[in-house]
Amino acid sequence: MIDKYYPSSKVIRKVRRENQALVLELVGDIDMAGAVQFKGDLLEIVQEQPPLLVLEMSGVVFMDSSGLATLVELLQAVRDYAGELRLVGLQQRVRSILEISHLDKIFKVFDREAEALE
Amino acid sequence: MADDIELQITANSKYLCIVRMAAQKVAEIVGMSEKVCGEVSLAMEEALTNVIRHGYGGECDKPIIIKLHPIPANEKVAGGVEIEIRDYGKQVPPEEIEGRDLDDFRPGGLGIHIIKSVMDKVEYSCPLESGMLLRMIKYEPKMGFKPG
Repeated sequence: MIDKYYPSSKVIRKVRRENQALVLELVGDIDMAGAVQFKGDLLEIVQEQPPLLVLEMSGVVFMDSSGLATLVELLQAVRDYAGELRLVGLQQRVRSILEISHLDKIFKVFDREAEALE
Repeated sequence: MADDIELQITANSKYLCIVRMAAQKVAEIVGMSEKVCGEVSLAMEEALTNVIRHGYGGECDKPIIIKLHPIPANEKVAGGVEIEIRDYGKQVPPEEIEGRDLDDFRPGGLGIHIIKSVMDKVEYSCPLESGMLLRMIKYEPKMGFKPG
């Protein structure tokens, strides 16, 4: 798979491969308004079943519980084929909603992409 | 009240970003910290999402009225924001509006928990005619005082 841009998506800017990992660069708001399309795009991408799926989220400025629900569904889908999901570069507001929901203990979160790809 | 900001939207999720940004801006004007401004914005989003999804069952042409009231600083708090959200949809007894068990790992159902976690006061009521009224308050505490 070559690098792929998603011009129709407001959240997924780019998908790229880094060795065995698939890295999704996310930007903007992950909220109720875009939840349906975001979920559909993610589940389409995960059909490739990458052993490691990394969401690079340093460009995400807002996420609500709808966005969080989509990430939970993604995690469940990745676990179903014994893959691994890692989140990178969470801004404080996004990290906070994970903490409030106690999902910071469930998701693997990294500050830098290089660490997530090790 | 003279300083109230009132917004009316239809229950369409594409307008939520407008209202949550307005809530954030009111919090900024009052002088709340960046973290707290973000919490106010998030609570607004979650409350409106609940109205759209549960109050109106996804009917996107129904009205939602939002009032934002800046709270000036006093001896206990460095300021605050009071938010009222009025809808005309399904009524639910306030005592039944609870967050779910967080140990149950599954998508969805976190809105109420988030609202009650980040806001200092959350009060649901059922107006006589129809719908729900949500009133919530967030304070920016002064050192040594706990908002309550």
